[in-house]
Amino acid sequence: MDPDEGDILECDLLVVGGGPIGSTAARFAAKNYSGKIMVIEKRQEIGSPVRCAEGISTGWLDELEIEKTEHFMSKKVLGAKLYSPGGHELKIGKELAGDEVGAVMERDIFDKEMAVLAGREGVDYMLKTSAINVIEEEGRVKGVKARKMGDEFTIEADLVIGADGFESQIGRWADIYDSLAPKDIMTCFQYRMTDIDFDPDHTHFFLGSAAPGGYLWIFPKGEKTANVGMGVQLSQLDGSMSVRDYLDRFIEENEWLNQGQAIDMVAGGVSVSPPPEKVVKDGLMLVGDAARVVDPITGGGIANGMKQAKIAGEVAARALNENDTSEEFLQKYEERWREKLEDKLWRNYMAKEKAVQLDDEQFDQVIDALSDQKIEEMSTEAILLAVGEKYPGLIESFQDMM
Amino acid sequence: MSLEINHDRCMHCGACVGSCPENSLFLREFVLEVDESCVECGTCVKTCPINALKLRGV
Ligand SMILES: Cc1cc2nc3c(=O)[nH]c(=O)nc-3n(C[C@H](O)[C@H](O)[C@H](O)COP(=O)(O)OP(=O)(O)OC[C@H]3O[C@@H](n4cnc5c(N)ncnc54)[C@H](O)[C@@H]3O)c2cc1C
Repeated sequence: MDPDEGDILECDLLVVGGGPIGSTAARFAAKNYSGKIMVIEKRQEIGSPVRCAEGISTGWLDELEIEKTEHFMSKKVLGAKLYSPGGHELKIGKELAGDEVGAVMERDIFDKEMAVLAGREGVDYMLKTSAINVIEEEGRVKGVKARKMGDEFTIEADLVIGADGFESQIGRWADIYDSLAPKDIMTCFQYRMTDIDFDPDHTHFFLGSAAPGGYLWIFPKGEKTANVGMGVQLSQLDGSMSVRDYLDRFIEENEWLNQGQAIDMVAGGVSVSPPPEKVVKDGLMLVGDAARVVDPITGGGIANGMKQAKIAGEVAARALNENDTSEEFLQKYEERWREKLEDKLWRNYMAKEKAVQLDDEQFDQVIDALSDQKIEEMSTEAILLAVGEKYPGLIESFQDMM
Repeated sequence: MSLEINHDRCMHCGACVGSCPENSLFLREFVLEVDESCVECGTCVKTCPINALKLRGV
């Protein structure tokens, strides 16, 4: 039954946003708390349309208690290849050992599966339902104003989790943080292309001014099909070209791409910011993209968000069990997720700040210098260490981060 | 309001919503809305991956 105009609904924990991170926070809360937990999702279908390039590392899946993965994995990859503007190439991965280092997902299936796992723990879902504001009393979040099918109503909750993704309106309505700086925003466009010629056993990253302040990615979905997309830094755009214009130009200029057909189009934004100073207040926690934990170098937000969601759910359950959803109690969440993610977020943020200053020639130098190195691990640290060995001059300004 | 939203181009991705310094935009499911708090700074225009937004007269 849909709520009527003016109704007041009640629950113990309300999660706003049915993305993978919201569902996962709800699932871990439900595992540890037996009261009423509800997820509201604005869209009519969870996981669709996809706003993602679908590339992930796979190491974290066990920790998140996700046992069956085959049905949402599209393609495993052996490693990554980075290309400089002048055509130098750097291969990363445990090629010889034959281990996979990453995978490309089916995000729509993954997002639905995360909701299924939450549903199995007793979480309730309400679709086509938007939070339109936060309700606060004396600085404490008490719930949200919501709208479904044209009717506006109230949902009261002892605790609200904002998992509303890049839109991140819950955190801003509740004044937890400011809006993002343009240099900390990547705007993205992607085609899924078929009938293209490329190496489907690797992910591919093209660096340099073809994608100002960002990169072009090719993430394989199969033999001749891949997500071909680009992210550019907002502050590097002068308004004459959109990110889609840059992507179209790259595709047009490359014969192995321009023969292909686009079978899907994706737009979206990601934050590449430092971690916010705080993501909790009385009665409210933020998680995932809404908590701005996207890796500032790669723009990947799934792994970090999922790890954070587990902690958020566990702490939320404890707070509800102990009847204390104050900001002070919720520090347990801040402490645990920061312990796990914050150092790396800062380090990669600093690396991003430096990397966007490199010109095409410097990208050529770096990639050329590295091309005969064996880098097994796809991490910023591993790359910087290798650069430092070959090109001490270039790496000097990065040194303080290592 | 002088922000023009081209609903035929919009892919309702929310990139503009998350970028708006004033939090003036809202995706009403898949219809983008702007409210009176808009200061016409143009951040959303630049952000839009597909040129669906423009400031009238610019
Ligand atoms: C083009 C692109 C490519 C990307 N590629 C990768 C990649 O390859 N690898 C990677 O790890 N990450 C990638 N990311 C980032 C990744 O998509 C996000 O980190 C991930 O989706 C975060 O999950 P989430 O649940 O926090 O947010 P989302 O998946 O965005 O979910 C948020 C949900 O909240 C809902 N919502 C928003 N506002 C409200 C409201 N007011 N009321 C109710 N519901 C609301 C939305 O409809 C949405 O369903 C990419 C992002 C983009 C845009």
